[in-house]
Amino acid sequence: MSEARERILGGIRNALGRGQLDPNTQAQLRARLAAHSRNLIPARATALDDARSVDLFIAMAEEVQATVARVGAFSAVPDEVARYVAAENLPAELVAALDPNLDVIPWEMRPLLRIRRGRAEAEDKVSLTPCHSAIAETGTLMLVSGRETPTTLNFLPDTHIVLVCRCQIVATYEDGFDRLRAERGTGRLPRAINFITGPSRTADIEQRIELGAHGPRRLHIVLVEEDRVTASVEKSQQHKGAER
Amino acid sequence: MLATSRNFEANARAGLADDNLQRALGLARTGFPLRRRLATERLPEFEELREEGRAIKDHTLAHLDFYLELYESNVVASGGKVHWAPTPQEACAAVRQICRSVGAKTVTKGKSMVAEEVGLNEFLEANGITPIETDLGEYIIQLRHEPPSHIIAPAIHLVKEQVAETFRAEHHALDPARSLSEPRQMCDEARAMLRPRFLAADVGITGANFLVAETGSSIIVTNEGNGDLTQTLPRVHIVMTSIEKVVPTLEDAATLLRLLARSATGQEFSSYTTISTGPRRPGDLDGPEQYHVILLDNGRSALLGTEFRDMLRCIRCAACLNHCPVYAAVGGHAYGWVYPGPMGAVLTPSLIGIEEAGHLPNASTFCGRCESVCPVKIPLPKMMRHWRDREFAKRLNPPVYRSALSLWAWTARRPALYHAVAELAARTLGWAGRYRGRFRSLPLANGWTAVRDMPAPEGRSFHSLWAERRK
Amino acid sequence: MRVALFVTCLVDLFRPTVGFAAIRLLEQAGCTVEVPRAQTCCGQPAYNSGDRADAKAIALQLFDAFAGYDHIVVPSGSCAGMIRVHYPGLFADDPVNLPRAEDIASRTWELTSFLVDVCGMEEVTAHYDRAVTYHDACSGLRELGVKLQPRQLLGSVVGLRLEELSDAEVCCGFGGTFCIKYPEISDKMVTDKAADIAAAGAEAVLAGDLGCLLNIAGKLSRQGRRIEVRHVAEVLAGMTEEVPPIGAPR
Repeated sequence: MSEARERILGGIRNALGRGQLDPNTQAQLRARLAAHSRNLIPARATALDDARSVDLFIAMAEEVQATVARVGAFSAVPDEVARYVAAENLPAELVAALDPNLDVIPWEMRPLLRIRRGRAEAEDKVSLTPCHSAIAETGTLMLVSGRETPTTLNFLPDTHIVLVCRCQIVATYEDGFDRLRAERGTGRLPRAINFITGPSRTADIEQRIELGAHGPRRLHIVLVEEDRVTASVEKSQQHKGAER
Repeated sequence: MLATSRNFEANARAGLADDNLQRALGLARTGFPLRRRLATERLPEFEELREEGRAIKDHTLAHLDFYLELYESNVVASGGKVHWAPTPQEACAAVRQICRSVGAKTVTKGKSMVAEEVGLNEFLEANGITPIETDLGEYIIQLRHEPPSHIIAPAIHLVKEQVAETFRAEHHALDPARSLSEPRQMCDEARAMLRPRFLAADVGITGANFLVAETGSSIIVTNEGNGDLTQTLPRVHIVMTSIEKVVPTLEDAATLLRLLARSATGQEFSSYTTISTGPRRPGDLDGPEQYHVILLDNGRSALLGTEFRDMLRCIRCAACLNHCPVYAAVGGHAYGWVYPGPMGAVLTPSLIGIEEAGHLPNASTFCGRCESVCPVKIPLPKMMRHWRDREFAKRLNPPVYRSALSLWAWTARRPALYHAVAELAARTLGWAGRYRGRFRSLPLANGWTAVRDMPAPEGRSFHSLWAERRK
Repeated sequence: MRVALFVTCLVDLFRPTVGFAAIRLLEQAGCTVEVPRAQTCCGQPAYNSGDRADAKAIALQLFDAFAGYDHIVVPSGSCAGMIRVHYPGLFADDPVNLPRAEDIASRTWELTSFLVDVCGMEEVTAHYDRAVTYHDACSGLRELGVKLQPRQLLGSVVGLRLEELSDAEVCCGFGGTFCIKYPEISDKMVTDKAADIAAAGAEAVLAGDLGCLLNIAGKLSRQGRRIEVRHVAEVLAGMTEEVPPIGAPR
C-alpha cells in the first residue's frame, strides 16, 4: 500500500481521534451501502399516474429547450426524423447507435435518410440514440454507455435526437438507478451514465444563456407511444411475411 | 496558485474602482439570487433536502477513511487507478507521471478548482505540456492570463466587450473585421476554436463534484458539454479531486444533486450530469483507455478534528458567493486566491494560513445570508468568527485596533465609569452638532465621515435621562 | 409582566428617544418596565473581534444586572441576537455559567418580536403620514426571525403607506466593526442601500437597529437626499412629532 495513502488515511483517523473503524461499525456501513436506501424523494413526480408522468416529462424537457415530438409507433419514427431534419435545415445524414432497439425502426420507409451506425466523428452533424430511462421529475434523459451506445453520439454532433419509449419514463433518478441495477445484477456500472437535461448551454458571458456551447445545440426527443417489444414482434413478422 | 490575499484591501479598492467589474457584478448580483429563489420555491421539499444533505455529508466525514478505502477498491475493480496526493506537489507529480507515460503534448481541461489550488496549469507548462481550458469562462481567462473570480462562473468579472477584445487579440487567424458584439458570436467562435483541441488532446483532466464510494464513480455537473468531451475523447482521463468529495451511494449523490443545481444557478438539473466509472470497456467504441483519480488532501484531513470541520461539507455550489454583499461589491479577485466569497473566507486560511489570508474572515458583516442559502447548512459566519478568535489569540490584529477594543471592554465592565463617559460624550457631541444635527467630519472617525455624515447624538445619554426621571 | 429594558450602547449615546419609545410601547402592552443601571454593552464588539474573554466578562456582568426579570427587551436585533443566540455558545464549555447564559437567552427578546409574539400586540395608536420603507436588519432577520412583526404593527399606523424595498434583506454595510475596518466596501454597500431606498419612492425609511439607521441616515444626508430616517419604535410609539429624524437639524 502506498505511503501517501497511509499518510492521508492516517491523517483522517488522527483527526477523528480513532484508529481504523471496528468490524461492527464497518459491517453496519456495508449494510447501509447494500441497502441503497432512498433519501427523501420529492413528491412532484412520484404521485403521478402514467399519463401525467408523461405530461410532466414533456413539460420539463420543453422548459429547458429540448423539443419533443410524440409518435404513435416505431413505424412513424422515420417520418418524424425526416420531418425534423428538413425543418431544421439539417443534412439528412445521421450517425446512430448500434443498439438493437433501433433495429425495429423501418428506416427503409425513408430511403433518403442516410443512417450510419457507430460512434460519432468530428464531421457528424446529427446523431440518433435510444435512452435507458427518461426522468419525469426534471425532464432528464438517462443514457448509458456500452458497445452499442457510444458516448460520443451524445456530445459531438450539433443535433442529438433521442428515442424515448413511453415505457421508459420513470419518476426519479433513483428509479433509473434501480432499473440499471436490476439489469446488471452485481456487475459494474457502465463507463458513463449521462443525465441529459436539455441542450448544451452556457451563461459565462454576462449571464446571458446561449445554447450549444460545446455539446449539441439541439436536443430533439421523439417519444414513441408503442412498446418496443410489440414493435419488434411486428417487425419480425413483416420480415417473415416478406420472405414468403 | 500564488496568493495575494494579504493585499485584500488594495485588491478590494481596485475592484470597487473598476467600472467593467462593477457593471459585470451588477448583472450577477440580482440574477443569481432570483433564480435560486424561484427554483427553491418550486420544490416544496427543498428545506428538508438541505437537512438530508447535511446529514449525508456529516455521516460521510465521520467515516471518511472507510468510504475512501471503499471508493478506491471500486475504482480499481472498474479498471481505474487512484493516486493519493497529500500535497499539491504530489498531485502535480502524479499528473506529470501519467502524462509522460503516454507522451502527452496537449491536455484538455474541464473546470477544476482543485487543479487551480495545486497550480496545475503552470506546472504542466513548465514541464512542456500544454493545458487547454475548455469551459468557456476558463478558456476566456486563460487567454487573459487571469485567475478565476468565481467557483462556477470563472469569467463573471468581465463584460462582453472585454471578452470580444480578448478574442480579437488571441484568435489571430480570424477575420479582424468580423462582428463580435454578442455573446452568441463569441460562444460560436470559442466552440469552433476548441473543437479541434478536444479532438487532438492526449489527456483530458476534469474535476469531480462528487465521488461515489459504492461504485467507484466520479460525477461532473456541467452545462456546456466540455467536461464530457474532455473525459471521453482523449486516451487518458484524469479526475483531479479532493478527499471530501466522496459520498456513500448513488442515492446519496442524487439527493446532493437535487440541491446543487438549484443552489448554484437555479436550474432544476444541469444540462449534463455524468457518472463515470473506470475506462472504456471491452468492445466500447469510444471512451478513455485509462482512468486515473488524483485524490488531494492538502490539509483537509486535518480540518476534521477542528472547529472548521463543517466546511468540508461544501459542495462548491457558490450560492454563498452569489448572495454575499461583500463579494457583490468587490468581486472574486479581491480575495486573492482560488476560493472567494464566504466559503473562501473560511477555507482559504485553512489551506494557505491565517497569516496570509487574515483579511478574508474579517471582511464580513456577519449578515448571515450565506448560511441561509448554503444547501448543506454550513455555519459560515460562525467559522469566520473562529478564525477571528485565532487571529486575536495570535495577536494578528493591528495594535491600535486591539488597544481600542481593550479600552472599550475595560470600560464596559465598569458601569459607573461607562455611564459617566457616555454622558460626557453625548453632551459634547450633542452640543457640537446641535444645529445641523449631523457632522460632516469628525476627528478619529475619518473612515466614516469621508463618505457619510455622522448623525449627532441627542445630547444626553439615556441612562442619565432615566436617572433624572426617576427622581 | 416585569420586564427589563436593555438599552444598548448606541441608543444610550446617540438616541435615548428610542429607549423611551420602547418603554412607552411596553407599558402600552401592560408591562412594568425597569432599566437596571448596571448594564453597559452586550459584548458584541469584543465577540466579533475574536476576544471571547472580554465578551464573557461583559456577559457575566449582564447576567447579574438582569437577574430576576420575566423578560429582557432590546430595541436592537443585533444585541438581542447576541444575548439570545450567541451567549449560550460563548459559555458552552463553562458548566457553571452555561445555565445562566441559557436562562438569560430564553428571556431575551427584540422589541417588535416581544410586542407581537409574547404580548400579542396587534396594533398601535399612532399616526405617521408618510410613504415608508423598511430595512430588515440582518441579525434580527436571520438570527431572530424578525420580519413580519414590525410590518404588522406598522400596518396599524394611521397614514403610513409601506413600500417594500427590492433588496430589503440585503445588508446595509454597517456590520459593527466592519464599517471601520473596511470603509470603502461598507460605503459601496450603503450606497446601494440608499439607491434602493430612493428607488422605492420612500419619504422615510425605518429599521429596528440603530447601527443600520446611523449608517443609512449618514449616507442619505451626505447625498443630500431628504428621506427621513427613524427607528421603528419611535413611529410605533407615536413620538415622531416630538423628535426630529436621525441626523436632521433640530
